Amino acid sequence: MALKLYGAALSPCTSRVMTCLHEKEADFELVPVDLFAGEHKQLPFLAKNPFGQIPVLEDGDLSLFESRAISVYVAEKFKETGNDLIRHQSFKEAAEVKVWMEVESQQYHPAISPIIFQFFAAPLQGKSPDQAIIDENAGKLGKVLDVYEEKLSRTKYLAGDFYSLADLFHLSFTYYFMKTPCADLINERPHVKAWWEDISSRPAFQKVASAMNFGEKMN
Amino acid sequence: MAAIKVHGSPLSTATQRVLACLYEKGVDFQFVSINMAAGEHKSDNFLALNPFGQVPAFEDGDLKLFESRAITHYVAHEYADKGTQLLIPGSNKEAAVLTLWQEVEAQQFNSPSSTLAWELFYKPFFGTATDAAKVEENETKLGKVLDVYETRLSQSRYLASDYFTLADLYHLPNIQCLLATSAKKLLESRPHVNAWVKEITARPAWSKVLAMQKQ
Repeated sequence: MALKLYGAALSPCTSRVMTCLHEKEADFELVPVDLFAGEHKQLPFLAKNPFGQIPVLEDGDLSLFESRAISVYVAEKFKETGNDLIRHQSFKEAAEVKVWMEVESQQYHPAISPIIFQFFAAPLQGKSPDQAIIDENAGKLGKVLDVYEEKLSRTKYLAGDFYSLADLFHLSFTYYFMKTPCADLINERPHVKAWWEDISSRPAFQKVASAMNFGEKMN
Repeated sequence: MAAIKVHGSPLSTATQRVLACLYEKGVDFQFVSINMAAGEHKSDNFLALNPFGQVPAFEDGDLKLFESRAITHYVAHEYADKGTQLLIPGSNKEAAVLTLWQEVEAQQFNSPSSTLAWELFYKPFFGTATDAAKVEENETKLGKVLDVYETRLSQSRYLASDYFTLADLYHLPNIQCLLATSAKKLLESRPHVNAWVKEITARPAWSKVLAMQKQ
């Protein structure tokens, strides 16, 4: 039975999971959830994710939410096929991947997410992007990226000289970020910029990026 | 000398998360106190352990790690057959339920509870004024998260399973802060959440973590 992913192709969290599925060459069916009709905030969807957020993965009798938890499940389930994202054969490398997955979750995401919200979501509510929020988070993100710049001057990817789930987790939000005026934060740091160009050109992400057109439809 | 070293502060919630895990597993470790008031966590020595300049940092032999959730994940797996079982062994599907509730802690619970802990617990401790608007906003957010927990804990004794796991452990430090503030009403007013809070904070390993604050 194929995996079913409930979500939206333009959503960064859904895209995070789809990129992982493509890297693992896993078959899945994308079941669209109508965000603009509020489908994710009502039953029956709420029974799948009580937090009312996409995506949700169904694999037979297993139902999962939280894009990072889903991605980890997919990477483990298909660890013998496709690209190795979790380095399960080396306990040291696997631990490094976990560290940088947590860095994405605890350092990178909280700084980049409000910037994406201000540029992409606030206009939908009839508001202009709040420059104070953007500036504050751009400052935070800059400091995080300084650490990335130093690390990526020593290793090709975040957890080592190998691409992993830690790098993948950054793709979808950063893709939208690069469409904003804050893209300089990435472009001005040569190792970060090279890393970004490398990971965003991977075929698995390219398949997903083409549908990530949030904001363009609004014009 | 123990192969495991934890560099941190007993007052830091992230350090407490790691200590709780080590006490649950019953593995020996050496605690290296970092003087945060003196800015030691921003010193070159410490930055070599964690380039983000945050406690805790962790060593197990020549393996160096940071981020409390990555450290605890490593400890729980590496020492799986010692002390308390904190993982869900078995199939990928069974283990995925644990990963799910660990992510819920990180993505849903952590932000509003950390903000409330900062405003209501740490700021008064350091003599800084509380931001009432932030408190109200985050009590509302945390309340919605805890509504989901209330339903979950009416179906399952602990978050990921019918026994205590890493997913529950991750919540201990922020919960302990909130219990010392007016925000404890959010926990106490939800019967299943309240019962769960009382159980997990009564664990002997957690008492050992709290005892370190008195040293």
